[in-house]
Order: sequence, then C-alpha cells, then structure tokens
Amino acid sequence: MSDPSVITSSEAPNTDVPTDPGGPLKTDKPRSLAGDAWRDLRRNWIFWAASVLVLIILLMAIWPTLFTSADPRSCALSRQYDGPSGSAYFGYNFQGCDTFARTIHGARASIQIAVVATLLSGLIALVIGMSSGYFGRWVDAILSRFIDVVLGIPFLLAAIVLAKRLSADPQNNGVWAVTVTLGVLGWTTAARIMRSSVISAKNQDYVAAARMLGAGPGRLMLRHILPNSAAPFVVVLTILLGINIASEATLSFLGVGLKGNAISWGISIAEASPYVRTAAAPLVWPSVFLAVTVLAFIMLGDAIRDAFDPKLR
Amino acid sequence: MTDIKAEFEAVPGVDPNAPLLEVTDLHVEFRTQYGVAKAVNGANFRLAPRETLAILGESGCGKSVTAQAIMGILDSPPGFITRGEVRYRGVDVLKLPENERRRVRANQIAMIFQDALSALNPVFTVGFQLGELFRMHRGMSRADAKKRSIELLDQVKIPAAASRVNDFPHQFSGGMRQRVMIAMALALDPEVLIADEPTTALDVTVQAQIMGLLAELQQQRNMGLILITHDMGVVADVADRISVMYAGKVVEEAPVYDIYSRPAHPYAKALLESIPRLDMKGQQLSVIKGLPPALTNIPPGCPFNPRCGYARDVCRQDPPPPPYTVAADRTARCHFWEEVVSS
Amino acid sequence: MFRYFVRRLLQMVLTFFGATFIVYALMFANQDDPLQALAGERPLPENQRQALTELYHLNEPFIVQYGYYMQGLLTGDFGRSLTGRQIGDMMADAWPVTIKLALMAIVIGATFAVTTGVISGIRRGGPFDTSTLVFTLVLLALPIVVLAPLAQLIFGIKFQWFPATAGRDATFFQLLLPAIVLGSLVVATELRVTRASVAENLRSDYVRTARAKGLSRRRVIGVHVLRNSLIPVVTLIGVDLGGLMSGAIVTEGVFNIPGVGFNLFRGIRTEDGPLVVGFVSILTIVFLVSNLIVDLLYAALDPRIRYE
Repeated sequence: MSDPSVITSSEAPNTDVPTDPGGPLKTDKPRSLAGDAWRDLRRNWIFWAASVLVLIILLMAIWPTLFTSADPRSCALSRQYDGPSGSAYFGYNFQGCDTFARTIHGARASIQIAVVATLLSGLIALVIGMSSGYFGRWVDAILSRFIDVVLGIPFLLAAIVLAKRLSADPQNNGVWAVTVTLGVLGWTTAARIMRSSVISAKNQDYVAAARMLGAGPGRLMLRHILPNSAAPFVVVLTILLGINIASEATLSFLGVGLKGNAISWGISIAEASPYVRTAAAPLVWPSVFLAVTVLAFIMLGDAIRDAFDPKLR
Repeated sequence: MTDIKAEFEAVPGVDPNAPLLEVTDLHVEFRTQYGVAKAVNGANFRLAPRETLAILGESGCGKSVTAQAIMGILDSPPGFITRGEVRYRGVDVLKLPENERRRVRANQIAMIFQDALSALNPVFTVGFQLGELFRMHRGMSRADAKKRSIELLDQVKIPAAASRVNDFPHQFSGGMRQRVMIAMALALDPEVLIADEPTTALDVTVQAQIMGLLAELQQQRNMGLILITHDMGVVADVADRISVMYAGKVVEEAPVYDIYSRPAHPYAKALLESIPRLDMKGQQLSVIKGLPPALTNIPPGCPFNPRCGYARDVCRQDPPPPPYTVAADRTARCHFWEEVVSS
Repeated sequence: MFRYFVRRLLQMVLTFFGATFIVYALMFANQDDPLQALAGERPLPENQRQALTELYHLNEPFIVQYGYYMQGLLTGDFGRSLTGRQIGDMMADAWPVTIKLALMAIVIGATFAVTTGVISGIRRGGPFDTSTLVFTLVLLALPIVVLAPLAQLIFGIKFQWFPATAGRDATFFQLLLPAIVLGSLVVATELRVTRASVAENLRSDYVRTARAKGLSRRRVIGVHVLRNSLIPVVTLIGVDLGGLMSGAIVTEGVFNIPGVGFNLFRGIRTEDGPLVVGFVSILTIVFLVSNLIVDLLYAALDPRIRYE
C-alpha cells in the first residue's frame, strides 16, 4: 500500500513492449489491460508527481527527525508568535511551540491512522463485497441492504458519534478510537466496487471453466476472481487513504479525534484557528501540508484509475 | 407538401436541372493518436430522383463514413474530409458555411440510422423529437408541430398515432421505433434520403415491412434513396443501382441487374458467390479469404489484391486501377474486368 | 411510477430503522456507564443522572431503550440537552439559517459545477478542460477544515471582501462566503460527473441524429445533451447532502453561524451527549428523506425509470 508502483508493476511485467515510434498500433500480439495501464502510467506526469509527494510524506511520517531537529513538544510562552527564524522556519504558535516541528511531526499520526483505517476498511469491504457478489441470492440481498443502511447515515455524523463513544476514556489520546471509527465506517464504496466487479468476473467464461474443473469457492475467489477485481479496488482504497487523512483532521478539529498531547495536522488547525487574526502561520502551514497530502493520494488514485479505464483514453 | 418547402431558397445557387446528388472523389480520413485511418479514398456516385442506390460492402469499408460525410455529421476531429465534392443540385454542400449547411440537413438530405433505440433521445417523447423539426425549421407553434407529428406517425403506419405521440422511444417495439426514425427523416420532405443499415437490427419479417414502407414513401415523394447495407438480399429487392465499396473506394458501380448477372470486379463477384443459395444446397458455401485491410495500412495498388484470385503484379503496384468503363452506366476498378465479366 | 415510489419508500423505511438503530447502538450499547460517557469528562450531578436514566430508560433492556428512542423520534420528542433545553426547540431555532446557508451552497455549487462541467466536457482535452481538472484536484484536496479557516483568513480578514463572521440574523451577503466554502465541497465531484457525462453523451447516437436533423449546435448541446447529462448529476446531489451536513458543522463553527451545525459543533465541544445524539438522529432522518426526494426527481428526469 505504501509504494504505489508495487501495485502496478507486479501486474505489469511486460514493460518490454516495443514503443516503436514509427509504426504504432501495428503490434498484433494481444496486450494486457495491466500492461497498457502501466505504459500509460509511466507517461503520466501526475502519477510521478503524486508518487514523489507520497514518498516524501511517508518519509516524514517515519523519520520526522530527518527534517527537523526541534522538539515539537518543547514550547515556551516567551516565544509566543515569534516570527520565522533559522531553525523554526514557520515561527512559533500561541503556546510558543515550533510550528515547523509540529507540522513535520504531525504527519506521523495522520498517516498512521489513515493507513491502518484504510487497511481495516479494505478488509471489511473485501469480505462483505466478495461474499455479496460471489454468493448472490439472499446473502447479497442482506449485505446490500446493510450497505444501504450504513450509507444512510451521513459519514461524519456517524464518525462523530462513534469516535466520541470510543474515546470516552480520558486516558487514551484517541489514536485508536479515530482509527477504528474511520475503518469501521469507510468501507461502503469499496465494498460496492468489489461486489460489482466480482459479479462481472463471476460471469466470465474462464471462471465458469475453473468451476467446472472443480475449483472450490475459496480457490476461485483468490486465484481467479480477486486478481481481476484488484485494480478498481486499489484505486478506491488509494483515494480513501486521502479521505481518511482529511477525516482525521476534521474529527480532531471538532474535538472528537486526537486529544491530549497528540500532535496532528487537525489538532494544529483547530488550535490555531481561534487565534488566526493574530497569527496566520500556525494555521496556514498545517493546512498546506494536509491539503498537499490529500492531493497526492487523490492524484495517485486518479492516475491509476484513468490508466485502467480504457473508456476515458 | 409544397407549402413546407419554404426553406428551399435557403440553399443559394441551386440548379433544378443539375443531378440530384453527385459525389465526386470523396476522401475522408480519421486522425487519431495511433495514426491516420483513410476511411474513404475516392468515392464516386450519382443519384437521381426516384432512384435507389445501394452502397454495399463489408463492415469498415467506409460506407457509413461516406454517408456521414454527405450529411456533414462526421465527428470532427478526428474525422476530416480531405478532398472531393458533394453536389446537391449543382451546389457543393461541403463548401457551404455551417449555418447554410445545417439547413440542407433534414430539408434536402435526411438520414435514418441503424439502431433506432440509441439513435432516438431516450428522455424526450417521440412527439417532441418529431415536432422539434417543425418548430426549429418552420417556426411552428408547439400545438401545430404536434399535429404535424401525429400526421407523420400516421403516414408511417403507426397505429393510434394520436396517443403514441406522447410515448418515449423505449416504449416502442423495434419495428415501430424504426418507423419513428423514418417519420423523422421524412418530416421536412427531403429529396434525398440516406438509410444506413435501416433494417439490420430488426427481425426478418419486420425488415420486409420496413423496406416496403420505405419504397412506398419513396415513390410517393419522388425521393432519391441511398441504401447502405451489407445485405445482398435486401439490395436485390429494392435497389436500382449498386455501388460496391471496398477499403474506402467504390470498386464497382452498376445497375443491379448487370451486377447480379455478370459482376465486373472480383470483390463484387466474391460477395455474390458468398450468398447462400437454395439451388446450391448441400454444397460448400464460398467465403472470401482473408480480412479487409486495416485502414491505417492499405496495401499499394488495388486494395483487394491480397485476397484476389485474379491478382497479378500490376495489381500490387501503384497507381491503383482507375474506374474502367464497363458499359455506358457502369464502372469497375479492376485491370482485368473483362476477364472477370466473361468468366 | 407508483410501484417505483412504493419500492423506494419501503427501502427508505428499512434504511431508516437500520440507520437509527446503528446511531443509537453506537452511542449506548455495551457501555459500563453510558451516562458518564454522554457527559464526557464533566461531573454529572445526581439529579441530572436520574433525569437522564429516566429519559433514556437506561434501566430497561437495550432493545426497549431503542423502542423508546424511536417513539421519541417519531413523535417529535427528541429529549433535552444537558443544558436543559428541549432539543426540538433548539432545532427549530437553528433550522432557518442553516437551510438558507445550505440552499445557497447547493445553488452556488451546482450552478458553477454544471456550467464548468459542460464547457469542459465539450472541450475535452483542451486547455480549459485541463485547468478545470487541476482545479477539481485542488478542491478535492482541500478538506473543509482547511478550506473554511483559510477562506475566512484570506477573504474575510486579509482582504476583507466578505464579513469574517455571520451572526444570528445573517444577511445574504454575510452568508455568501460560508456558502461558497460549503458549496465548493460538492463542486469537484459534480463537475467531474457533469464533464464525463457530457463527453459521453456527445458521442452518443442520438446526438448524431439531432445533428442530422439540422439542429443548431446550441440546441443539440443545450437541449439534447444537457438533459441527459443532468440525470447523474441530480442523483449526486442526494449523496452530497450528507457531505454538506458534515461541512456545515465545521463551516458554521468557523464562521460563527448559529445554525444546526453550530449547535452540534458546540454540543461536541461541551460534551453534551444528548444534544449530539438528538441532532445526529434528526439529521439522519433529513438525509434519508432528501434522498427519497432525489430518487423521485431522478424518476421524473429519466422516463426509462418512470415506466419501469
């Protein structure tokens, strides 16, 4: 999940397709969708820009000290609203904390929550979407209704209620609560995509052939159906990753997300916004980082989807 | 019918004595990111009032593109008309400015399409789609336009036209939908009607009804009809003359009787031989070997040479065979047409 | 049409019970001390504790509790907030300004999205299309928690083009900036759907027919293409309402607009559990009903559904 190029390169081994500029479209050998998609992706600057951004953000989340040596938790009111300096590029906030250090260190909580929540959502979507699509009939009827019910609750409202409930214990800082909340509520779109691609894959001849040769449901799903449903699923999850980052910030902003001494972009924005008339930098910089991160994941998802959707070429 | 010819004058320079429709050396190409596809490479034919010209050929031979180029409804880009003339009563409609060209459509030259379900707008009633023609071209009120629409539906023999006028396309059967298409094409009393595979999507019995209706309306209205099809059976029944197209070229043009009895181009001959015949029952059906060339990569010389039993060296070299005159009203693009005719 | 309506209505009833059940269960099921959870970290006096136990029937089994809760919802009795006010009254107070804000946001967002989307769809691949694409990407990347404070900072405080906050009886102009912020939440998706749908419809057979009928380009696009392209956009508006509600919480909080979202925002901050549950339940109902309306609108726009 972390390195987007893994997703495509594993499915697209035939990168040796000649790109002869003189006579295009004359290759008679059938080209795979994944191969085509990968060739499209490689030429797409949006894909590369997004990948580079994602890598930098991941690096920031894993080794924040690579970017700053300042301690985001050492704050001194004497430095309140001090301007940018050689070490604190973005100046200090109203509590006298180093805005740059807090912004860099904020990446970790955001990324960690978003990645784990997305994996959780992906797992739920996989199980529900696949069973719904594969077994059909009453299983599908019940699960589809269930998806409708979950979609019937506005996402953020449900998240507020659930996150508030899970983080009721004042001891924890809310990381776990937010992760579970986002993971448990965010799977619906992915499940629907999974369901419809399983249904369409199920009716393909090669799946019918495998079934006649005696392949059981488990084997059919894992070996024959899943690989062909992977692309749209990965796209949805990539975009969900971006959405989760934004949702974490929103929950933290509202006060039902991270709390205590946690550092995240959402908290920084929430802390800075009442004082925006006095100092804008503590609000602006976490906002910019948050937006760029979300942008990177959405761009990545968009690029992969465009590559896999031949209709839009 | 004459009162609604108000827009006739809208096409300046029309000469009533000139041929109804004359297509000369028409070239169309599609410029895509994968290369240039030459869809039409010199189409020539001529159409007189009351005459039915069939354009015959395999899928992808350029017959539909030719029709769209005549109508001026090519998707451009990627489609471009690179050369040629389309003269309606002496006026080259390709050179008309768009707003005049637009009036030629439906008023003078109209077209019906293959799949009426997708060719009709799903969210408007047929009455709206028919009446639109009268409202936009004739400035009629909605009420008048609706009255005309009902008359038209009546003329194409749709039962209970007065109530069906408010129905949506998906509420009609396939045959009835094609009748609606025909009504729409004939609304403004055009002189030329282009029918692009009008019966391909229909059942055989319905096909016959639709062809019968078309023929009847054509006689009533003195229209010239261009029938685009790959169905040799349909052609034999209704066409006066045939243009056989291959790889974007008219390879043979002849009166229907001549071409059926003694084809002059090997491709036309092969097409005829591939029709299943009752008197040949039990024998092997003859098929044309190979595939038509990719339009991005048409072979030099005669485009049919790789599949042709008569082909010799001269056929594989440029220039391609010119339209040889076989008889007074008959041409064939084959160096060895004499051999083919006599065989 | 009637059968479609009945089917959608039955589905909605089912979804309604499911959704409210989930909301209620999320809040109250399997808690050691649900009352303390409701009140969060603030101390709960014994009399309030008793009142709440009675209000939520916490001494009864869970399913009975839910029954009482549903009964309250259906009879318009949403309980009291921890401050002692009737939630129904607070809601009635807060509605007008929120509806005004939401309508402005929808109109601004949809108008902009559809207009730009249509132009983009017609000039697919051109510079206008490319710049809209970049624009939608940026919009998608700006969560409301970023957009609202930044818009307030830039347009309200720095340039002072708009009032930075709006009060109780906010004027149209005072609500304009928040409405633009809120509306921009839905712009990106609606614009993209419009664009894709216009581009697809432009290539359809019926557009070729319309051109063969000698109609002007303006009429082909403005009547034939647009009418078909709007169908998927309308369905989106229903889904978008959920996003608008979430957005309203942040937007009203930031711009100090005393609407529904603001009350909810304050309820969350002051750990007023009953208020949060009550408001969330009401908003869920509103969301479900608006989606039913959008479904019917969809049927009105697409005859293929109507005569199913």
